Amino acid sequence: MDGVIGFFADLAPNLQLLVDRSPQILDGVRTTVLATVVGALLALIIAFVFGLAQLAKVAVVRIVARVFVEFFRGTSLVVQLFWLAFVLPQLPYPLGFRLDPLLVGVIALGLNYGAYAAEVVRGSINSVPKGQYEAISALSLSPVRGMFRVVIPQAWALMIPSLSNLWIQLLKGSAIVSSVTLYDLFFQIEQVRDRTGTWFAYLFALVAYFVIAWVIVVIMNALEVRAKHSIGRGPALSQSWRTLFRAPGSKTAEGGLA
Amino acid sequence: MPEKTPGPDTAGTPHLEFRDVVKSFGDNTVLNGLDFTVAKGERVTLIGPSGSGKTTILRLVMTLEELTGGYIHVGGVPLQYEEQGGKRVRIPDKRRRRTTTDIGMVFQHFNLFPNMSVLENIVEAPIHVMGLSRSEATAKAEGLLAKVGMEEKRDMKPSQLSGGQQQRVAIARALAMDPEILLLDEVTSALDPELVGEVLAVLKDIAAETDISMLIVTHEMQFARDVSDRVMMFDQGSVVEEGPPAQIFSEPAHQRTRDFLSAVL
Repeated sequence: MDGVIGFFADLAPNLQLLVDRSPQILDGVRTTVLATVVGALLALIIAFVFGLAQLAKVAVVRIVARVFVEFFRGTSLVVQLFWLAFVLPQLPYPLGFRLDPLLVGVIALGLNYGAYAAEVVRGSINSVPKGQYEAISALSLSPVRGMFRVVIPQAWALMIPSLSNLWIQLLKGSAIVSSVTLYDLFFQIEQVRDRTGTWFAYLFALVAYFVIAWVIVVIMNALEVRAKHSIGRGPALSQSWRTLFRAPGSKTAEGGLA
Repeated sequence: MPEKTPGPDTAGTPHLEFRDVVKSFGDNTVLNGLDFTVAKGERVTLIGPSGSGKTTILRLVMTLEELTGGYIHVGGVPLQYEEQGGKRVRIPDKRRRRTTTDIGMVFQHFNLFPNMSVLENIVEAPIHVMGLSRSEATAKAEGLLAKVGMEEKRDMKPSQLSGGQQQRVAIARALAMDPEILLLDEVTSALDPELVGEVLAVLKDIAAETDISMLIVTHEMQFARDVSDRVMMFDQGSVVEEGPPAQIFSEPAHQRTRDFLSAVL
């Protein structure tokens, strides 16, 4: 039975089915979380490398970084994924090689969201006040030292809310890795769908992704509170656990601009 | 007013020399062929209406602005550009930084690093630019914090301090690099009136106890009178008149100086 009525009529057996299939579903959750976490880490590295490269003094470095960002931001994630999974292995030696499906997913997610995040990194570094750069010069600190000791720690607090959004999009984007034979959460839900009906299966899918996304929000909020506290805005994390459940980037009550 | 130590050495090589300096922002020429020198140990205050190019002069010395034309020499060493075979050649940033290591600057808006404690703000450059060990730099920073009356705040973050306290830390941070030239850019303009005194008192002590050359932009005329050896009145990018503070403040020769002083005093 399907449809709304079927959903309620078959609720008990469907829940029982979920329990029976929980090892596979948890396997799927593990794969989705793994692809998301490793993909996000790769995206973060790509974001910093190409975000900073766009601010380089040498024009060639800036242009290469710019082209990279525009290319991976402007081409579809699905197409990138299919390229890595199906075109790459067909390329002539030594270019062609077959990658593990998880690696394909991680690389595609990392490149695509890394390109977006590179813009976040670039933007937040540009919004660190000019006076900070001037103080770096006035103390004759080298630009590299100033970047890592002064500018990036401040930009980090500014970029977290946007990164938080991107990581949630990355999680949801990860649902398409099942199309390159990766047995993720969405794949496992598809396996139970023909027995539970679409209503139940996709409602469960919504809830499952929402819960994972919410965990990401809480973790990113914790990072944001910590980063803001370290630049003197807002209370320490230990005194403000409630703020973890707010919208990313929202002002804390006692915090604000000190 | 405390007696100044040695006093400016006006006979030797000028500590700071502007030669035919031109600075434009786009079509707007702020300085056009400016010449002046500062002797070793001399305290020179620049006064004049806003927009007259005073702050630009300080920023050129700190290499925060690129020179459009002419030359600046620090202790005889070319700072931004040098003459090579009749050509004006840009000095690379690394070499510029070697020269600016001897120059310190205190800003209107303090510009402390908010991600570092008071102590970390002060030891950062001595450790990574001068090559001091952490313990040497810390000992030195503690001495400077005591001098500016901030020794109890060493582990605080800048955001926990008042404006006056932040500015005193910024002064200690600049002094930690043992500058031979100190640039003070409207250091009290952003402060609440009741906090101005504590910052000026610290600066007066430093002026009295050291022989650091100073180039000062300020609207605090009493402070200018107290610490300066020479006051230069600027208007529209050129020097209207200059002389010892007593002369400039008591019997200015030019009408524009008189107008400016009657507006600010």
